[in-house]
Amino acid sequence: MNYNVDPSGYYGQYGGAFIPEMLYPNVEELRQNYLQITSEESFKNDFHQLLKDYVGRPTPLYFAKRFSEKYNTKVYLKREDLCHTGAHKVNNTIGQILLAKRLGKTRIIAETGAGQHGVATATVCALMGLECIVYMGEVDIKRQAPNVARMKMLGAKVVPAKSGSRTLKDATNEAIRDWINHPVDTHYIIGSVVGPHPYPDMVARFQSVISEEVKKQLLEKEQRENPDYVVACVGGGSNAAGIYYHYLNQPEVGIIAVEAAGKGIYTGESAATSVLGRTGIIHGSKTLLMQTPDGQITEPYSISAGLDYPGVGPMHANLYTSGRGEFISITDDEAMQAGLELSQLEGIIPAIESSHALAIFKERKFQEKEVIVINLSGRGDKDLNTYIDYFNL
Amino acid sequence: MNRIQKKLKENKKLLSIYFTAGYPNLEDTVPIIQELEKEGVDFIEIGLPFSDPLADGPTIQESSTRALRNGMTTSVLFEQLKDIRKKVDIPLILMGYFNPVLQYGVEAFCKKCQEIGIDGLILPDLPLAEYQREYRPIFENYGLINIFLITPQTSDQRIRQIDQASNGFVYMVSSASTTGAQSGFGSIQEKYFERIAKMQLIHPLVVGFGISDQATFEVATKYAQGAIIGSAFIKMLDKEGKDGIVPFIRSIKTASQK
Repeated sequence: MNYNVDPSGYYGQYGGAFIPEMLYPNVEELRQNYLQITSEESFKNDFHQLLKDYVGRPTPLYFAKRFSEKYNTKVYLKREDLCHTGAHKVNNTIGQILLAKRLGKTRIIAETGAGQHGVATATVCALMGLECIVYMGEVDIKRQAPNVARMKMLGAKVVPAKSGSRTLKDATNEAIRDWINHPVDTHYIIGSVVGPHPYPDMVARFQSVISEEVKKQLLEKEQRENPDYVVACVGGGSNAAGIYYHYLNQPEVGIIAVEAAGKGIYTGESAATSVLGRTGIIHGSKTLLMQTPDGQITEPYSISAGLDYPGVGPMHANLYTSGRGEFISITDDEAMQAGLELSQLEGIIPAIESSHALAIFKERKFQEKEVIVINLSGRGDKDLNTYIDYFNL
Repeated sequence: MNRIQKKLKENKKLLSIYFTAGYPNLEDTVPIIQELEKEGVDFIEIGLPFSDPLADGPTIQESSTRALRNGMTTSVLFEQLKDIRKKVDIPLILMGYFNPVLQYGVEAFCKKCQEIGIDGLILPDLPLAEYQREYRPIFENYGLINIFLITPQTSDQRIRQIDQASNGFVYMVSSASTTGAQSGFGSIQEKYFERIAKMQLIHPLVVGFGISDQATFEVATKYAQGAIIGSAFIKMLDKEGKDGIVPFIRSIKTASQK
């Protein structure tokens, strides 16, 4: 079975492009051009040059010795937290801004939840000298003040999304509405492997540099390209798509996806989409979706602002339904403890999103010789206030 | 021939009204339909509210949020409409987003529409390709007309494709915008209307988005057989309630149709 996107934009039964006609020309322009443009030599050169000189790639693959000893297995951390702007998000925004420039776009819009993707977008817009408008839920603007300030300092305009629940999904709705109203000059940089085809595939390809590097690095360290497992947290799922990408069709590599259980899967305050979701349509994609029986989209919860998306990328929905991926849910408390543990065992303070991936070892046991690569998708600086409140630091 | 197709054969400018089911009050759906028929409106789009209406501007978003808060659901709407054909004969179209239809079950939804006497569907986020990939036979099996949108950015080639795939009218979105975004039509819109009118499509054109009063209705129907008013009608309902319906419709229809 092939776990990549098929020619019609589907991953198994998930994906597609459920978009109103107003968006058709924009999305169609991307669909017709993204593969060709991104495979041109000059594009690849620009992309890899910027990833190297500006983002700081390749990011290290670090053998976490003390952490491994504690859980009696071999754990490697892919250090995306060391990317410029503090997370993997910038891999995608670099790729998309280069694409936008080649399509002649002059205005960039983006959505953001916690602000990480907004910062990564504002960063590349400053780098390229393009106008940048970031939609952010009114509630999130209050919760994530430092990232709002960062975006402003980088020259972006931050527009509050005041509709619905005033969080990430509403910011995405507002960005889509902006795109409907600006069909010609604007490119929408979606931050995750969500949205209508070709976005999930395009974003996954830009993030696939993560697993491309892992293959080379693991060969050096373990004399093998393939680990036994790759592990990542999944909200929309872009960092996960990046670390799974080159292993999707290699059945000997186990794929583990870690979702946010929030206060517990069945508490009503959770973001564990694979368990709580049913097939539905969100932001132009058919995928697993948290919703009421009537089909209204519900508001998820997680202590981590990067994981509280009510859907999941169609690639991941297919990994779940097909059984290719193993899905584990981690609560707020488990994630916070894992974040603290990594800090004290390895001297690395992870983003709370990534802490979810680190928390699986308490319940999921591995063999001593197994090699596990965890995507450490972001650093914890942005979460310091949450850590301070939680641990009374 | 269903009621929409019959209506489109009439040699007159057609006025259509969109409103959100269950707004301003849950039980207003049927009385509003009856009132609109009495006032000589030609067909009606009943909006099925959705939590995330991404093609809609603030007015319809707000009416949807309030309708949902009032307790509107797909099942409640079907229950409200179950005897509607004993009361009115006006063509009825359900307009909404695809996810609630998917959750009800596409086939069950279409079957229910046929039982009730719904004539057509407008589901903006079920585009041509996805419709043809999976759902067309179901819609057709239950005698439902599916209506597609075109916009100023839609290529001629795609307009022809959409026309071919249509079986009622082609919904011409007046500008690149969400609903309720603009006031008045400029020369750009008129040129676009004229361009499409000259294409001589198989199916009649009905203009939507940006029709708010008699003036915009007149411009739109110079080039198209009909026009749909949505946000302006909802704004009126919000301000004046159901009592405002008669004067509102009469203000559009003076001179143009009588």
